[in-house]
Amino acid sequence: MAKLTFQTDKCKGCGLCVDVCPKGVLALAADKINKKGHHPVEAVNEEACIGCAFCATMCPDCIIKVTRP
Amino acid sequence: MVVFDKPHALTDVPMHYCPGCTHGIVHRLVAEVIDELGIEGKTIGVAPVGCSVMCYDYFNCDMIEAAHGRAPAVATGVKRAQPDSIVFTYQGDGDLASIGMAETVHSAARNENITIIFINNAIYGMTGGQMAPTSLPGQVTQTSPYGRDVNLCGYPVKVCEMLSQLDGPEYLERVAVNNVKNVKAAKKAIKKAFQNQVEGKGFSLVEVISSCPTNWGLTPKKALEWIDEKMIPYYPLGVYKDRTAKEENK
Repeated sequence: MAKLTFQTDKCKGCGLCVDVCPKGVLALAADKINKKGHHPVEAVNEEACIGCAFCATMCPDCIIKVTRP
Repeated sequence: MVVFDKPHALTDVPMHYCPGCTHGIVHRLVAEVIDELGIEGKTIGVAPVGCSVMCYDYFNCDMIEAAHGRAPAVATGVKRAQPDSIVFTYQGDGDLASIGMAETVHSAARNENITIIFINNAIYGMTGGQMAPTSLPGQVTQTSPYGRDVNLCGYPVKVCEMLSQLDGPEYLERVAVNNVKNVKAAKKAIKKAFQNQVEGKGFSLVEVISSCPTNWGLTPKKALEWIDEKMIPYYPLGVYKDRTAKEENK
């Protein structure tokens, strides 16, 4: 299982990472608002993450760090 | 094992771009290339006027802010004064293809040993979505509410095709950043453009088809689809000139 780390305060909630994830790991947090006033991304199903880093590749703000054991 | 992390050549400053704007992706690709080639200490970037006007805050190398459209002229001066440095400009379509067309064409014709990253999003982003020289025929913008009328406003400028007719430039390629595959291809092109400069080959320009969700009036996801549906058919991706490869094939 890969590990995802987000710089949540820099997230603008564009959702490009959510759309590109092949395993449905990510979602925008509907009940949270970050410093910038956006609903930030969060990992709702991290066990399914395969560490492909597609999310990080498409993230315009470079907020995702992907590590694999 | 770290699979993906922010490149060192990108600062921690939060970017001011709209949500879903692909400027951020291209910034990251440039920063990754600077890291991979190990040229951070001697790289000098030239920022344009436009949405990316504040890109000097985001790159961890020396940056200069040029007057509108004059980035290739400033880059020429820097490169000639300091031939050991690696000089790149980062320009949008309003900057490079409109007010700065003369500087672009002449620096290409002179084969200046600089790298140009050209963002083509078919609209003037910073000023609020007016028609750009690269706006597509029929495209609705603030100043063409009924769609771009080619009889009135003429046809879009295809920068790569136009510059490829000159003898000067070393390398011209058009890429897009609307999906993972295209982003990886874009990085390869940007790396080659910087590598050419390191090897002293000359003028390299990479045109990146980019999205502007805010001014196109689309969601970030729909904007990326619009690139596939409308932009790429009009602006075909590919290498338009690669002098070294051509000579090797002879």
